[in-house]
Amino acid sequence: MNKAVPAHNIGSYVPMIDGPEKVSGRAKYTADILQPGMLAGRIYRSPYSHGEIVSVDVSEALKVPGVMAIVTGADCDKTFGVLPIARSEHPLARDKVRYRGEPVAAVAAVDDAAAREAIRRIKFTVRELPAYYTAKDALAHGAALLHEKKSGNVERDVLFELGSTTQGFAEADLVREAIYNCAEVCQNQMEMHAAVAEYDAVRDRMTVHASTQVPYYVHLMLSQILGMDMSRIRVIKPHVGGGFGCRTETLNIELIAALLARKVTGTVRIVTTREETFITHRGRPETDIKLKMGMRKDGRITAVECDCDQRGGAHSGYGVVTILYAGSMLYAIYDLHNVKYLGRRVLTNTPPCGAFRGHGTVDIRFAFESLVDQMAAELNLDPFAVRRANLLTAPTFTDNDLMVNSYGLPECLDWVEKESGWRKRKGKLAKGKGLGMACSHYISGASKPVNWTGEPHATVKIKLDFDGSIVVLSGAADIGQGSTTILAQTVAEILGLDLARVRVVTGDSEVVPKDNGSYSSRVTFMVGNAALDAARNLKAVLVSAAARKLEARPEDIECLGEIYRAGAQDKGATFDEVVTEALKDTGTITVTGNYSTIPESHGGKKYRGAAIGGTMGYSYSAQVVEVTVDGETGVVTVDKVWVAHDCGKALNRLTVEGQVQGSVWMGMGQAMSEEAAYHDGLMVTANMLDYRVPTIQDSPPIEVGIVESNDPHGPFGAKEAGEGSLAAFLPALTNAIADAIGIRFNDLPVTPDRVFEAIEKRKRALEKLPKKNGSM
Amino acid sequence: MARLLECRLNGRDRADAVADNVLLLDYLREKVGLTGTKTGCDGGECGACTVLINDKPTLSCLTLAVTVHGKRVDTIESLGVDGQLSAVQRGFHEKLGSQCGYCTPGFIMASAGLLRKNPNPSEAEILEALGSNICRCTGYVKIIEAVKFAVALNAQGVPP
Repeated sequence: MNKAVPAHNIGSYVPMIDGPEKVSGRAKYTADILQPGMLAGRIYRSPYSHGEIVSVDVSEALKVPGVMAIVTGADCDKTFGVLPIARSEHPLARDKVRYRGEPVAAVAAVDDAAAREAIRRIKFTVRELPAYYTAKDALAHGAALLHEKKSGNVERDVLFELGSTTQGFAEADLVREAIYNCAEVCQNQMEMHAAVAEYDAVRDRMTVHASTQVPYYVHLMLSQILGMDMSRIRVIKPHVGGGFGCRTETLNIELIAALLARKVTGTVRIVTTREETFITHRGRPETDIKLKMGMRKDGRITAVECDCDQRGGAHSGYGVVTILYAGSMLYAIYDLHNVKYLGRRVLTNTPPCGAFRGHGTVDIRFAFESLVDQMAAELNLDPFAVRRANLLTAPTFTDNDLMVNSYGLPECLDWVEKESGWRKRKGKLAKGKGLGMACSHYISGASKPVNWTGEPHATVKIKLDFDGSIVVLSGAADIGQGSTTILAQTVAEILGLDLARVRVVTGDSEVVPKDNGSYSSRVTFMVGNAALDAARNLKAVLVSAAARKLEARPEDIECLGEIYRAGAQDKGATFDEVVTEALKDTGTITVTGNYSTIPESHGGKKYRGAAIGGTMGYSYSAQVVEVTVDGETGVVTVDKVWVAHDCGKALNRLTVEGQVQGSVWMGMGQAMSEEAAYHDGLMVTANMLDYRVPTIQDSPPIEVGIVESNDPHGPFGAKEAGEGSLAAFLPALTNAIADAIGIRFNDLPVTPDRVFEAIEKRKRALEKLPKKNGSM
Repeated sequence: MARLLECRLNGRDRADAVADNVLLLDYLREKVGLTGTKTGCDGGECGACTVLINDKPTLSCLTLAVTVHGKRVDTIESLGVDGQLSAVQRGFHEKLGSQCGYCTPGFIMASAGLLRKNPNPSEAEILEALGSNICRCTGYVKIIEAVKFAVALNAQGVPP
């Protein structure tokens, strides 16, 4: 009898399979690519915020020794953009510039010094136009238009009312309205943007290495911009040093590198500076929110009205989607009816915003959870009780047709309430200390992809050959979140094999199946399901080979990973023997796994754009934040965070914890210190000293509770884990500050200056009050 | 002007003609080809380029290459013994102190520098030693766990 047992990894703590490369300096990122004869690329950027281009004179720049080529807007009349309906950008500006820092020309030279010298000698002349740095100014009557077709400088407005807010407010015991402002924030991922483009003039082929989350979209846009057939283009995604959304669309950098490479018929590397990485932007827009809510005495929310203006920057990017998410994702967390949303995405002369982690949902969630907390206090209700009074009952569809199948929010609430000691400690902490809580949620992949082609949402191939190693081929872009590890785990689990047998090949369009990329937290759910399908298909091949080998029926074969056997008494055949048998029929074995979302998850048609928000599964998060506020200096210290995240099923507890902690912490940066600020359209915070990212000394312990609601459609029951916990931090923090000092902050970030000012203002107001008789 | 730079780089003696204005970071990455050391900012903001000069964690982006003449320089590529990961490397790998990996070489060299000087640091000393390195993925929680695990491994004899 054989004692072999299948290996299991799902649900354990699995270090990332590409970790050894990352901790030894062997992981290659785009900027690490060194090739003989490679040229250095540099970009000349507009010093003007808004102007008609009169001339781009590169004659003096071309005289700099070592300069090989210069490209300008004249070299490419095509436009690009992630949304087929909003492709307004040229890789290098033509006719107009619309923000300070917009690329105008680019140089390829033998070294960086020559390229920089050439940049200094470019003469750029414009006829300046009025520039608008706030949504309000851009919307003002008579403002010059950034884009001719976008009247009023509105990229997109959204209006819907589902139910009747008039009726909902009439049913409320308390109606409150408040105004919120969230500053613009940047992903500021550690790897600066980079691209290496290699043009083979003999074969007319282009190879581009890019620091991207979406190699397929880069492939599409390269084809469009270069006017080259897609079959002549190869896109390689090396290791990527984070993204958090700013690389979920093709950036001008990879396109400019390719234009340069073709012009010099060689290889060009562009590595941007940190300042340029900031200015390339695609961060979260500055958002102004007016929120009105009706609540009954028992905490039930009866109506919600929300106005939302986003300062989108000079081009659309993902903007249309962002403003739609902000409205649609009011739903799917609580049982809401009678909701009215008015959203406006505004074009301004600032760098284009994009899809920052928690895309479209974060600032709205901040406002919502803040107002709930404020109204709960007025009604003398516990913040947990108010959330519990508004829970959904899954499975269900929301009023805007979002499908909710699994819903672990109640368990998330229970976990953070208990672990934080909320009931015993709330209201009883020392002076200056406070506790706050809030909830948030996120999608596990947009159910309708940006580029609808009719193909499956995800495809994974597995190759198995004479050597017995399982080679998983996937286009999923690992940007540090661990998708490669999840794919290896999934396949190993189904086959009962040790992870050591599995290799994952990703990131090269020449080898791997197409994948839409790493955005909207789609990879674990969609590519994970495709990997599950592929692994099951491979297992079926191996089981039938084992049946032949063991002269048994396939249904009697038991797979123990390294051993296949027909019944417990059978000695069985080894994995290698089974592989040898399987290869006899077909030679090298390749199997395919696919995944597609179901139509019920595609959102509805009740208003234009209602598909945005539709997903196969929502993650849920609840948080408690404990703070200490220094009444003298205004400094807020986060003492501890308790966060519970419903990820359906934790495939890898280590990476789930890491993702949740990272999300919470990124929310902390936005809430407390991060802000992109401009002076005459110049981003003056485009470095890591002025753009204040929390350091290790500023950062709190973050205790993670994993809630597993076992989604019926998720791979092994899993949903997303990398975005949903970001948003709740912001309101949990301000709710905690309100608990600590009785002052509510509706504008982010809550810097020490703002806290200090608010405390001083209150002191002055108290001093003006008539003194009570006899009191001092 | 170029001059002769002689140093002991990752345990081996090396001599190169290097221009006066070349940064140690660019010398390591572009001239020697040791790309493990990362460029993360426009100078002195993020810590990704941290290397050890005579065992002291130093920002290679703020150091002229010629100033390491006659000194020992250790980069991320020098760690580990007999092909196995060092204690700090194991900590960052096994405890997920590294996600995207881009800040990781800087954090690991800063931690290795700490452990060479102080094999039993307190949590406050760990935070201080890593206070000028920025990570955008982890929220630092698992970085602290990684260093504590490295301290324990180091105590068992695994070199830092």
